[in-house]
Amino acid sequence: MLPQNKPACSRLEETLRAGHFAVTAELNPPDSADPNDVYKAAEVLSGVCDGINAVDASGANTHISSVGICALLTRVGYEPVYQVTCRDRNRIAIQGDLLGAAAMGVQNVLCLSGDDVTVGDQPEAKRVFDLDSIQLIRTVRMMRDESVLLSGRKLTTPPCFFIGAAANPFIPPLDWRPQRLAKKIAAGAQFIQTQYCFDIPRFKEYMNQVRDQGLDKQAFILAGVGPLKSAGAANYMRTKVPGVHIPDEIVERMKKTPKKKQQEEGKKICLDMIEQIREIEGVAGIHIMAYRQEELVAEIVEEAGLLPRPIANVRLDQPAFCINA
Amino acid sequence: MLRWLQNYPHFLEILWHFFENGLAPLKRLFNPNGFFEPAILVIEKAGKRAVFNCQMCGQCILHSTGMTCPMNCPKNLRNGPCGGVRQNGHCEVKPEMVCVWVEAYERSLKMPTYGRQLAELQPPLNNQLEGSSSWINMFNEIDTDYPEGWVSTQDVPVEFHLEGHHASSK
Repeated sequence: MLPQNKPACSRLEETLRAGHFAVTAELNPPDSADPNDVYKAAEVLSGVCDGINAVDASGANTHISSVGICALLTRVGYEPVYQVTCRDRNRIAIQGDLLGAAAMGVQNVLCLSGDDVTVGDQPEAKRVFDLDSIQLIRTVRMMRDESVLLSGRKLTTPPCFFIGAAANPFIPPLDWRPQRLAKKIAAGAQFIQTQYCFDIPRFKEYMNQVRDQGLDKQAFILAGVGPLKSAGAANYMRTKVPGVHIPDEIVERMKKTPKKKQQEEGKKICLDMIEQIREIEGVAGIHIMAYRQEELVAEIVEEAGLLPRPIANVRLDQPAFCINA
Repeated sequence: MLRWLQNYPHFLEILWHFFENGLAPLKRLFNPNGFFEPAILVIEKAGKRAVFNCQMCGQCILHSTGMTCPMNCPKNLRNGPCGGVRQNGHCEVKPEMVCVWVEAYERSLKMPTYGRQLAELQPPLNNQLEGSSSWINMFNEIDTDYPEGWVSTQDVPVEFHLEGHHASSK
């Protein structure tokens, strides 16, 4: 059972605990040192979801850091989801950053292994992977619950984190995927954000296994969704982006659509997916990854009938946080 | 090359079982910095390299990972596959290589004694042990000297059943 005895660490946790169908979205990280670029990207998301994910050099490409994005968002009272990968930093840096993030007001953490350096634009970089994602999850929980660092050194004040992990139900070894989820929950994961879900039959099968084991009662599962921009983008994603599985019929559906209407069709597919996902028992929410189409997220959430959000996060588009002032 | 032996994981686990338990009385020969250390290192390195492509991490968990060396995973993951495995079961980083964890999973299903250990949470690597003999480290409990903080916390209880596998976390 989910730990109900402790108070929720974040609004996202509160939303999920209250049984609301949650919505999170990924922020497209700018390649910029201007804080307004972050605020602008977050503005369109802030009113329509319960948490914005700050990605950590997604696809192994350098962007503004996740801790930087989180610092800017928490500065205006927004509660982001701080993504941490094991690719670029060792356990010394990761633990330090976790404390730093917590001190700035970060209350949600998503623990990932990370895409390999070879898929990014600097394949010659050194990969770290000092911890793996499961060790990272357990380390975060250790810091929170035992108030210590890995070395055993005591923390004066422990961080309060709602701990997340990723799951990819769509790739081999398929039969092992639910057990891997169980392992992440055993390590301390409380919410799960999945890879893009385009293969509903496969996802249903996975959720059957997950429910059989009662794992959906031990963690909140948010299914990953997102609009495809074009047939070309769909093809790129499934061949070049690690771990993304898009069935042929979806790609065909995009290809059959005239070029000008493909973006619209991509959005329709996304809405179809959300509708079908919501009918699957044990799914606690969705996680929208609209790479370079953030403006569509608000439309998607609205058209899916998921507005208004039950527990409001800070609205960055409200005059109180008029950014350009 | 003796890599084909890995496809007989049950045989290998019997061998390991004998090694772990049968050699316990000879424990004192496996002394760090002892007289036999250089010889043990040579034998371990050559043998395990030939069969498992061992990377000499010094804290061997082969029997817990389907007799498949996790250090061959380019991301050095110790607890299972990442989210980048290709649809054909090959590695995200090395497309020509079958994912270490796809093999580990399949082999662990054929291992009645140790197979279920695949579900165990593996602690962070001790990078200081790289290059040393995992046999010596095992008999002297050097490889289980985990970080203090890691030991201070318990796993969340999760029951998990899977055909061919029964596992539950501690």
